[in-house]
Amino acid sequence: MANRKLGLIAIIIVLALALLPLAGSRYSVDLATQVLIHCLFALSLNVLIGYTGNISFGHAAYFAIGGYACAVLLTTYHWPLLLALPAAIVISGLAAAVIGYFCVRLTQIYFAMLTLAFAMLVWGIAFKWKDVTGGDDGFTGILVPKLLEGHVNYYYFTLVLVAAGVWLLWMICHSAFGLTLVAIRENAVRAGFIGVDTRKMRWASFTVAGTFAGLAGALFGMYNRGMYIENAFWTESAQVMIMVLLGGIYSFAGPLIGAAVLYLLQVITNQYTPYWPTVLGLILLVVVLVLPDGLAGLAKRIGGKTARAKVSGAKVSRA
Amino acid sequence: MTLPVFLTNTFYALALAMNMFVIASGLNLIFGVLRVINFAHGMFYMFGAYIIFTVTKTWGAPFWVGVLASGAGLAVIALVIERFLLRRLYDKEHLMQLLFTFAIVLLMSDAAKMIWGTDQYSVGYPPALRGAVRLGPTIVPQYLVFLCIVGPLLAIAMWLAVDRTRWGRIVRAATQDREMLSALGVNVPAVYAMVFTIGSALAGIGGALAAPRIALAPGMDATIINECFIIVIIGGLGHMWGSFLGALAFGFVVQFGTVWVPNWQDVLPYLLMLTVLLIRPWGLLGRPELSR
Repeated sequence: MANRKLGLIAIIIVLALALLPLAGSRYSVDLATQVLIHCLFALSLNVLIGYTGNISFGHAAYFAIGGYACAVLLTTYHWPLLLALPAAIVISGLAAAVIGYFCVRLTQIYFAMLTLAFAMLVWGIAFKWKDVTGGDDGFTGILVPKLLEGHVNYYYFTLVLVAAGVWLLWMICHSAFGLTLVAIRENAVRAGFIGVDTRKMRWASFTVAGTFAGLAGALFGMYNRGMYIENAFWTESAQVMIMVLLGGIYSFAGPLIGAAVLYLLQVITNQYTPYWPTVLGLILLVVVLVLPDGLAGLAKRIGGKTARAKVSGAKVSRA
Repeated sequence: MTLPVFLTNTFYALALAMNMFVIASGLNLIFGVLRVINFAHGMFYMFGAYIIFTVTKTWGAPFWVGVLASGAGLAVIALVIERFLLRRLYDKEHLMQLLFTFAIVLLMSDAAKMIWGTDQYSVGYPPALRGAVRLGPTIVPQYLVFLCIVGPLLAIAMWLAVDRTRWGRIVRAATQDREMLSALGVNVPAVYAMVFTIGSALAGIGGALAAPRIALAPGMDATIINECFIIVIIGGLGHMWGSFLGALAFGFVVQFGTVWVPNWQDVLPYLLMLTVLLIRPWGLLGRPELSR
């Protein structure tokens, strides 16, 4: 059974990650925490891009809403974490549902532009609503429960939540709902003809993506002890999109790999040169010109398996 | 708001709108023909502004030479990008083209830092347009009057070129059916290259013309590209007069927003775009695309 084998691999990876604090330095544990958070963020976006075939250019908005909501509830209102975190996830999910309701009325480029416009609106609100968000000084000094103050404890907390998030997203993507999304990606008109309410399904997919981005944002804010308006800017949305593309949009694990590789590359590059954008630009050129199906696609090709009809399927949906 | 204040603001709104039109019309032309959303357009604009700074301040050339140099410089850069890279991507997905232009943004932003550093620069008004003009009860800078004239002139020139010439017919045909045009013996890649070059040169010229109005610093590209998107989307993607209208709407919303709701003027253009998109998703003058 392929599923059982994959489950085993996943358990081994999580166990290996759980052992990291025993072997690694403080630096590597901190780095692993950040990587895990970005893996979840990228994976949530791929529900929209890879599975539904809808290019969202404003995914940072839900990351930021989750982060700010958790920060405000924990710090300003002194809610306990057990209430604040679920509330933050619900708030970002609701925001995605409201914004998504309008966005899914459009398709293709218009959809992408509308998501961008809403995301910049969220950015504008974070920028100007100084009393609540701290404006361009950022929201600093987020209060984290005593138990999570240590970096190792926070790492385990992140690992558990990210693993749970990835597992849930796996279940969602491989359910009947997930397959319906793929049908919409491949041919929305045909999906409509066989009775799928494509708009409603795209709306649901948008909400799922936003909800999990909110969880990632909340984890990031607490790790960072602060949220900043840069987290909501459109360049952040572009960055996470690059993670997804680098990894490969037609594979579930692709965005996880892409996020980890890109984040680690960024950290390593910054140690040697201030010109990370150049490196990122060159990586993007390589992806666009020779690796359109990402690292996961490359691995499949090297593995000798054909990348199935998936890549050609993408061309069909574009036409 | 008294009449003179109102008139002054109206005038500044017009000047901003017309400057934005020069830039956005290039983006719109490229999208209309090539169907590529060019994220690098803002970067081209920034290079245009930096080039006129170097040409006029460092080399001491006159302002108008600087404007021409900006346009020509960006034309060359665009031609190289189109010929060697972008051309390979026309039959790929939108997402790939979009990411390609984003890669250009990243590479050019570092190039700009290497060439010009991260200092803030300024370019003065050209000597011939340094004065002020009395317009009824208010006094306005000559240079802004000049901008208000340039915008409509460019719009009319573009309309004549696209609607009334043989070259314009070919360009319009390229937006409809690339393969058929190619079968009729037209060199379509050359048409695409020319459109991309002209559109990018407009970004360079727009940047050069904006330079006396603004401070030149890294990051100026990230704001302008969003504003251009707003203008082009409001008007209708690929529709030239739509961009003209979009630029006017943008100019007035920003200028009067600064006066009436001074803290929120940055958010207003996005609200404007949301409103338009929700009522007319294909823009004010655009037509709904056939579902393809």
